[in-house]
Amino acid sequence: MGMTMAEKILAAHTGVEFVEPGQFVEVNVDVVLANDITAPIAIREFERIGVEEVFDRDRVIMVPDHFTPNKDIQSAEQCRVLRDFVQRQNLTHYFEVGRAGIEHVLLPEQGLVLPGDVIVGADSHTCTYGALGAFATGMGSTDIAVAMATGKIWMKVPETIKFVYHGRRRKWVGGKDLILHTIGLIGVDGARYQAMEFSGEAVDALSMDGRFTMANMAVEAGAKAGLFAFDEKTRAYVEPRARRAYTAYQSDGDARYAQVIEINVSELEPQVAFPHLPSNVRPLSQVGQVPIDQAVIGSCTNGRLEDLQVAAQVLRGQKVHPYVRCIVIPGTQAIYLEAVRQGLVETFIEAGAVVSTPTCGPCLGGHMGVLAAGERCVSTTNRNFVGRMGHPESEVYLANPAVAAASAVLGRIGGPLEIRD
Amino acid sequence: MKLTGKVWKYGANVDTDAIIPARYLNVSTPEELARHCMEDIDPEFAHKVRPGDIVVATTNFGCGSSREHAPLAIKGAGVSCVIANTFARIFYRNAINTGLPILECPAAEEIEAGQTLEVELETGKIHNLDTGQTFQAEPYPEFMIGIIRAGGLIEYTRKELGT
Repeated sequence: MGMTMAEKILAAHTGVEFVEPGQFVEVNVDVVLANDITAPIAIREFERIGVEEVFDRDRVIMVPDHFTPNKDIQSAEQCRVLRDFVQRQNLTHYFEVGRAGIEHVLLPEQGLVLPGDVIVGADSHTCTYGALGAFATGMGSTDIAVAMATGKIWMKVPETIKFVYHGRRRKWVGGKDLILHTIGLIGVDGARYQAMEFSGEAVDALSMDGRFTMANMAVEAGAKAGLFAFDEKTRAYVEPRARRAYTAYQSDGDARYAQVIEINVSELEPQVAFPHLPSNVRPLSQVGQVPIDQAVIGSCTNGRLEDLQVAAQVLRGQKVHPYVRCIVIPGTQAIYLEAVRQGLVETFIEAGAVVSTPTCGPCLGGHMGVLAAGERCVSTTNRNFVGRMGHPESEVYLANPAVAAASAVLGRIGGPLEIRD
Repeated sequence: MKLTGKVWKYGANVDTDAIIPARYLNVSTPEELARHCMEDIDPEFAHKVRPGDIVVATTNFGCGSSREHAPLAIKGAGVSCVIANTFARIFYRNAINTGLPILECPAAEEIEAGQTLEVELETGKIHNLDTGQTFQAEPYPEFMIGIIRAGGLIEYTRKELGT
């Protein structure tokens, strides 16, 4: 009997020929990850285990990205816990402010996570790396502490739901719209405890950046992982970056799926998720009049070069609405530099936007764009829960970078076709 | 072990930003986190919760981020256990790993705020002392019972490693 990609990767990392959904397995992990929010607890728990060193100093990676550059004294203390640990353990891969970025943009860019890997991270959006054809999942700090100590973690093999996207995307429709539409369809627990496998000609046509966006939000449907099969685009992305061997996986033709969901994207409009759930999705034409105070373009969901290119295409020669703050946050220093070289940063500044150093910052109401009571933000981030970006009475609307940029100009939620072709 | 407590009732999709808003993630001790537990959806909770109280919700409790601060905040508030129709997967792991008792029970939605429950953790029996009803929670997978018995994942790992 055949296996899905997720099952094959877990079988290989358990050292067996075959696994099936529901089975508990102890998996060898390739990469373990934590950030400035989750590492302090992971380190505290690690030190209780009673081992001196992490299992492999090349494979435990720490990225201070959430409340950095340190936003207050308490955040600074948390970052120091992480920095001290990195130095004490002599970890190979550490990304300090100025050489860093948002973890889930940074690690693929640096070639540190690869196709066929099992990656566990103390951050729910660790599932982003599924775009590479890896099995990547978020866990809590205690699980990560154990993985740091032993290089192993227990998992229940998930069932897989296969999504097949047919047709051709319209202009200004991207990976963000496909995933928001999908979450709207199945709900925020529609793939709970399951893996999502994304396939079909419409996602084959997506760039790697678009695929990262989709895999990133698998957790917003409750999924354990979101995976794409390895193809020529994956190879082109990975080859110049990889410094170790990797394995390309495809699901077998006779693999068993919990469900197969077919979606035609040809008529799909840009999607907007209304407060306070990512599943509360409407097509752009049915948004109505929603005035905004802020637009955020960035995050582990949409802070990649293509996202900035799209936003700049919309903002070129335009001006941000007088009462709107438009905040652009490149995902990594490399993306930031490339955005400077390509003139994107100039476009943003001329339009009246702010360009920030890479940080998770406003996505989780940390800093660099916290909302007051009653304020509304259109954001390319991933969550719009109550209080996510600041005051519990503020509102977050999730959208793609083109819609966020156009909304910044319009002063209300709207699409790029309202201001240009 | 028998737990008895008053019910704090919530609905579906109680997310981790609701359980502990991210603006408080610059600290990580249970006591400090507890002061802001549920703040954005129920400002009363942190002030009025009593040791032993029980949180009851419907589907997908704990969805969203992987922050272990969420079960820590609930534990820090003195809550003795959480009962829900279903839990989000990362929260489920985090609760088991950190020793916060949680029970999955399809009848959770029938339980109302302010009622008093008596919970037998070993058997998964939930007695509603106000209505006289008894509910049966889903059993834990055998593998997880080992972690619970050890007192959490760290203790379980220490035993495995002999450290």
